[in-house]
Amino acid sequence: MNNLNSKDILGTRNLSIEEINLIFDTAKKFKEVLSRPIKKVPSLRHLTVANIFFENSTRTKLSFELAQKRLSADVINFSSSVSSVKKGESLLDTINNILVMKVDMIVMRHPNPGAPHFVANNINIPVINAGDGTNEHPTQALLDSFSIIEKLGSIKNKKIAIIGDISHSRVAISNIHLLKKLGAQIMLCGPTTLMPKYIKDMGVSVGNNVREALEWCDVANILRIQLERQNEKYFPSIREYSLYYGINKKLLDSIKKDVIIMHPGPINRGVEISSDVADSNKSIILDQVENGVAVRMAIMYLLSFHRSS
Amino acid sequence: MTNISKLFDSKRLEITIDRLCQQIIENHKNVENFILVGLQPRGVYFLERIKSKLEKNLSKEVNTGYLDTTFYRDDFRSNDVPTARETRITDSVDGKDVVIVDDVLFTGRTVRSAMEGIMNFGRPKKIELLVLIDRYYSREIPIEPTYCGIKLNTITSERVEVNLTEQGFEEDSIIIKNKSNE
Repeated sequence: MNNLNSKDILGTRNLSIEEINLIFDTAKKFKEVLSRPIKKVPSLRHLTVANIFFENSTRTKLSFELAQKRLSADVINFSSSVSSVKKGESLLDTINNILVMKVDMIVMRHPNPGAPHFVANNINIPVINAGDGTNEHPTQALLDSFSIIEKLGSIKNKKIAIIGDISHSRVAISNIHLLKKLGAQIMLCGPTTLMPKYIKDMGVSVGNNVREALEWCDVANILRIQLERQNEKYFPSIREYSLYYGINKKLLDSIKKDVIIMHPGPINRGVEISSDVADSNKSIILDQVENGVAVRMAIMYLLSFHRSS
Repeated sequence: MTNISKLFDSKRLEITIDRLCQQIIENHKNVENFILVGLQPRGVYFLERIKSKLEKNLSKEVNTGYLDTTFYRDDFRSNDVPTARETRITDSVDGKDVVIVDDVLFTGRTVRSAMEGIMNFGRPKKIELLVLIDRYYSREIPIEPTYCGIKLNTITSERVEVNLTEQGFEEDSIIIKNKSNE
């Protein structure tokens, strides 16, 4: 495998096993770079990357920006809340204006599913999807799988439970596509109201009982309730959600096996996960954040070779 | 048609490695203070030969590391993605004498990248370069080896290969391949 097939990373659904392995192999090398006294390499010193965020982000944006700086790229940041988008500029106009400033790569987050695909089809430089509405968040899924492999050695035949608000989660969709390709067994667990109707067609099992999911799985990836995307009430109260679907130490201790706890962040402590679980030695939440930089460095490094073609 | 000529066999290689090790010992009284860094991919095989010979001669353990220069290369405009390999330098190189080890010195660009890479692990007191073969008319950057097995006057179309048993070859050999026009 020499390089990624496409100039863009828009989702995990179109990635081949060879491409996934290439990203992981490269990320491993960058993880070593990040352990050096000087954590910067000059690989992207000839490129300018634009981070275009039409939706709020802390972790992803910081992680991308740090990855770009570790690769010596020049970085420009754009947030829709402080831009001319508020004055009525269209998406393509905004992008074209950024492009004439000789930008070489775009990292983009947008509340509408498909927005990065639209941009990628209209420009000839690499576009990385940093989350498009409820569709995909490929770099998060890649760093999740990278973290599982680091911990367990492999994903094949491992049992992964994704627990929480599946309906509004792009992390869940990207994870399902990727984990299936890597040979995992997947169970989704959450209130029926937060479970997409046809999700079983993706080849996953669906449950409503958190205890059963935890007893079954090797890894539990716990998702946040995305109140900002919910236009109506899907469950009576946060308190009730926490009571039935929240994961706390008492529940975890009563399970007779070791379960690895993951969370893509941001965490709502005391809602979907309690502090004593999030901060326990079973949690690899902070490893996920650390690996995020290495995985994003790998993706941008590999895509940089698509620039001139 | 490709013409192949054999330059070294395993006996001659051993004599040369012995000489290179003696030169290192002569220049470095304090083994604790120096580290041999082999360049990926082929320099690491040669490094292991040097290491075991040095350790035999000195009856002491010698510090070594591997360095991959992929992320420091200057040919970033090509469309082929170079494969990155393992870098393993566990100790700080601060204040140490670093000897870069590679099999063939050609344009000098890899060694330039390697020096940049090593500086990311600290500030060495001194950096030296040990190569088995120096293709001295092919240099594009003013870099010269400190220790050299053999100097070769070759042209660009020729390819010099160091084939060691550790790489899966039946016997040690150094060969020159010349692709002549038919």
